[in-house]
Parts: sequence; C-alpha cells; structure tokens
Amino acid sequence: MNWIVQDKIDIVPVRRLNEQGELTEDTVLSENDQLRVYKWMVKARRFDELAVKFQRQGKIGTYAPLSGQEAAQVGSAFALEDEDWIFPSYREAAACFVRGAKVSSFFKYTMGHVHGGILKEEGIFPVQIIIGAQALHATGSAWADQYKKREGVSVAYFGDGATSQGDFHEALNFAGVFQVPVIYFVQNNQWAISVPYHKQTGSKSIAQKATAYGITGIQVDGNDAVAIYETMKQARSLAITGKPVLIEAITHRMGPHTTSDDPTKYRSLEDDKSWAEKDPILRFRKWLEKRDLWNEEQEKELIDSIDEELKQGYIDASEAPAASLEDALGHVYEKMTPRLLEQLSELEGREKGQ
Amino acid sequence: MTEMNMVEAINFTLKQEMEADDDILLLGEDIGKNGGVFRTTETLVETFGERRVVDTPLAESAIVGTAVGMAIRGLKPVAEIQFLGFIYETMDQISAQAARVRFRSAGSLHVPLVIRAPYSGGVKTPELHSDSLEALFMHSAGLKVIMPSTPRDAKGLLCAAINDPDPVLFFEPLKLYRGVREEVEEERFTIEIGKANVVKEGDDITLISWGAAMAETKKAVQLLEDSNFSIELIDLRTIVPLDEEIIVHSVEKTGRCVIVHEAVKSAGVGAEISAIINEKALFYLSAPVLRVTGFDSPYPVATVENDWIPNVNRIVNQIKQVWELSLN
Repeated sequence: MNWIVQDKIDIVPVRRLNEQGELTEDTVLSENDQLRVYKWMVKARRFDELAVKFQRQGKIGTYAPLSGQEAAQVGSAFALEDEDWIFPSYREAAACFVRGAKVSSFFKYTMGHVHGGILKEEGIFPVQIIIGAQALHATGSAWADQYKKREGVSVAYFGDGATSQGDFHEALNFAGVFQVPVIYFVQNNQWAISVPYHKQTGSKSIAQKATAYGITGIQVDGNDAVAIYETMKQARSLAITGKPVLIEAITHRMGPHTTSDDPTKYRSLEDDKSWAEKDPILRFRKWLEKRDLWNEEQEKELIDSIDEELKQGYIDASEAPAASLEDALGHVYEKMTPRLLEQLSELEGREKGQ
Repeated sequence: MTEMNMVEAINFTLKQEMEADDDILLLGEDIGKNGGVFRTTETLVETFGERRVVDTPLAESAIVGTAVGMAIRGLKPVAEIQFLGFIYETMDQISAQAARVRFRSAGSLHVPLVIRAPYSGGVKTPELHSDSLEALFMHSAGLKVIMPSTPRDAKGLLCAAINDPDPVLFFEPLKLYRGVREEVEEERFTIEIGKANVVKEGDDITLISWGAAMAETKKAVQLLEDSNFSIELIDLRTIVPLDEEIIVHSVEKTGRCVIVHEAVKSAGVGAEISAIINEKALFYLSAPVLRVTGFDSPYPVATVENDWIPNVNRIVNQIKQVWELSLN
C-alpha cells in the first residue's frame, strides 16, 4: 500500500550564511547591495527598539515588535521590483520600509491617525489585522496583474499562525488552480502569540503544504538574509510566469507578540538564548567585517544617522494635523450617505453649541 | 423594449455591461458551462470565455477575498454566492475586508465589487438556501445593499451596482426569478442606488416592503383596496443607503405604517425603519408602526415555510390592526 508517510517528506532549508558569518556558496547579491541590506536590517532593529520604548512611554499605541525577523523581511522585500505589491500583516514594518514606506507613516498608524499607514504609492496594501485574510487579496491582486497583462507579482506576508486559517488554504488552492503570479511568504517565527509551531499544525513543515495545492514550496533559513534574498529572487521569476510559490522562512520573534503581551509566561530563557545566537543582523555584520566591507566606525555613523531619521519620523508624525471624526466618516463610502451627512451635521451642531 | 423575467434581465445586464467594459469579470461556483444554478449566467462563458466567466473552486471566502484583491487593482469583479445562506462563510471578507478598504486606506483605495446572491423562501429549498440576511450587512458600515423585486429594477440597479465604486451586495429573490415578466428597456439604464419606489400612492396607510416579500405584499394590497383601504405601497429596492426621505414623507401623509419583510423580526431592517419613523415622524402617527416578518427561528423546513414567511393573511391582519389602533 502506498501510504503517504509524513516522516519521508524531506524538507531541507536553503542556507547560505551561517551563524559565524561564513558564506557557503557564492551569492548574486552584489557588495553594494549587501551593504544596503545590512543597513535596512539595522534600521528595522533600531525602529523596533524605539517603537517599543515609545509605547512604554505612552507616545504611541500598541505595537507588534519584529526584532529577529529583519533578514526575512528585508531580504524578501529587497528582491522585489517597483511594480510588485505586498500585502503585509501588522508585523511587517521592515518589509514596508524597504518598499519605500515612511517612518512617519508607521508612527502615525500606531498613534491612531486616520492617514497612517497609507502606502498605495509604494505598492503596499494597508496593514492587515485579521490573520490570513490578505492571502486572498494578494491572490486577487496577482490575478488582476495577469488579467491586465501587467508585469508584477503580489506577495502576501503572514506568520505561521495564519497557516491554520481557512483563507490561507483557500488562497493556495485558488493559486494552484488559476496559476496567478503570487508569492505567499510565511515568517515561521515559532509563535502565534503564546502557541508554539508544533501546536499550530501537525505537519513537519509549512513549506510542504504547497505540494497539496499543486504549487511550488520552499523552506529557507529566515535569519539568513542572503538565502532569503536569493530564494525570493527565484520565487519572483517563477511567479511572474504564473507559477505561484509558498516560501517558509524559519525565524524567531525575539520579543513579545505585541507590547501588551508577556512572553515569559510561555517560553524559556534557554530557548530565547539559543535563538539569540542565530541573530540575523550579527551574522551578516560578521560576514561584512571579515571582508573589510564594514567596521566599528561605519556602524556608529549608521546608527547615528538612523536615529536622527527615526527621531524626525516621530516628529513628523506628531506634528501631523489631528485626525477628526469627519475624516473617519468621510471615508466609509465614495460619497457620504444621507445618514452619514446627517450624523456629521449633528456633530457640527453640537460643536457650535446648538 | 423586451419582455423579460428577472433571470433574463440579470443575464442581459451582465452581458451588456461586460460588452461595455473589459475590466468586468464574473466569478463563482457553477457559473460557467452550467450557466449558474438558476441560469443567470447562461451562455456568458460562450460569449466571453473562461478568462471573464470564472468557475471557481468551492470556496466562498476565496471568491470574495480574491475579488477584493482584484477590485483594488483595477478590475470590476462580480462575484456570485450560490445561495445567500452560504454567505456566512465569507463574512470576514465582506464585512471586515471589502467594507473597510476605503476606510482603512483613508480613501486611497476602493473596492468596486458586486456580490450577487439569490435568497428567499416559499420555494421549498433545503436548509440555509432561503435565508434573508440583509440586516447583517446593513450593520456593516461601508457596504451597499440592493434587493430588487422586478425585472426592470433588477436591470437598472444591477447596472448601477456594477458601476458603483463601493462594494455592493445584490440580493435576488429566487421566488421572483421567473414569477413575473415585464417590459424592460434593452438600452443601458441605471436606477439610482438608495432611491425607493412608490409603487402606488395612497392616503390611509404606508406599506413598506422589498425583494421577495413584495409578492405577497402586492397581493395583500389588492385585497385591501377591494375593502376600500387606500394604501401607499413603497418598494425600498435599496436597503443601504435607506431612502429615509420617502419613508418619512409618506408616513407624514398617511399617519400609519406597516413594514413587511421575510427576514426574522428581531433586529431586522423593519426595526430600523420603525426607529427612523419614531425619530422623524412620531407626531404624525396615529397608530404604532407594526411589522409583518419571519419568526425568530432559523428559516424553517419546507412543510411549514408558508406559515413562517409573511403571507397575505398576516399582512392584511396587521393592516387592519393598525387601522383599529388608530387614534382618529
């Protein structure tokens, strides 16, 4: 009998750059681009640390930290072209920055501004809160590109938790049937809030799920920016010809799920320590330093310029005109309905003391 | 002018709009070679090909979610949910996604999507095929909800829906799909979304209904006219936005109102209309606003459905009740 045996499914993750900063094979990433990738990752880490601090100080609202996932996000977004679209969840600030999102937009989003996080011009769909819903939007976006004969791919970003949702499976199934230029990029950061990967699914990998839907799957070391970049580059070449790809990047969320979460309740210090040794930024820096492409002085200059940029981003966000209820009511329909107009005039009447 | 039933009018409109705009495509279950389980998309795949008339896998959330992605990137998808009761499967993609994209993006993105679905009882369907769920979507800001009751209205409103920049739910009373034929203009025309139709003017009582319930309501009006009641009959046509002006204006004239809908009574659209009348025309009323609706149970099995849905007797009785309760 030809039972399909889970244990015999052999998934070997793509890896280029190890924890000691040694590259196993040559890379297509030029030295100039290596430096750009590194700088994006450092910026993402500094932004993340600052955002957590600002939340603690009450300057911004709830924030979902991304530290640990810089290589996955930067490496993948860096491999995309201008005409591509990304469909992020709430933990993808780094990928959005690489696409051209402003720091001030992200601060505005976390400050509850109506105009926060609107990044249409950068090919970024508004941040998704409902887990996995964006997998379908990316599928439809890819479909529209193909239908209108535009060159471009659509990428849905989500975490391992999203792969338990029906929308994830329905999206992969549609992609398999209709062969549209879409990439599903899963950052398997080991935790869906407090629930570990092995309690999220019984399958050995997320990558293997692609097989069930007739699309291409691949697993990659998510803390290795070189491997991520090269995998995404190849996935893009496949997707653009109508061959959808599911990428599983094995990574780790170093911090809490959000600033409201306490990970000490559900995970061990030893676990965190072993993942800290796999830090995506440290290994990349070691690799650059070994080849004299980077030094302590450059690091200091980089940090200073990033900090200045982040500070300015926060100031810009803080100085943005306050959101009004009129802003909110005005964006429900293209034209306000009679009822919304009536509610707005009630509000205006109250403000005038009528 | 051509005589059409509602199925023919919908099919005609889809074809006409697809001929006018290459960005319109249809997606849904069994809409291709099968022509839709009610034949609303019959022959369209032969005319436009599988690129524009897409038979999808059996997955409601994916049909709508994929259509949302298409719509924000420049297409005008018309998605079909085979029966309205199956729309629960895609509530997130409708109420939390399609409805909110414009809001979430502060107006920089929009979703010109139409979701068509047949509903209504009295035709002995299995469970979850007949439910009237318009109130669910009235409660989700960002959606428009249309429920035509005639072939001509279906054509004009569907044309308007397809060309509307906001997500529109277009619910088709399957009981009336083939029950009524009327002369319909072949030329493209639109009926404004949000405008009710005063089917018949009258002085004594305002009777408000829409969609499938219009069938029994019209029969009741006939009986009441024979008993010398002067009924003003309003077909809402659009649930969101609601034509409050016509409702209030009519009640100010007649002083009495009965609302008929097939959906369950609790938190139904009738409750909303009653509240509007309370807010805006209370002192014109000479009797309480009454409702004739489905009962607060799941839509029942076929053997009892004719007792469950508002029928002529229940409508006539409620009108007489309002008359008896009147102050003057």
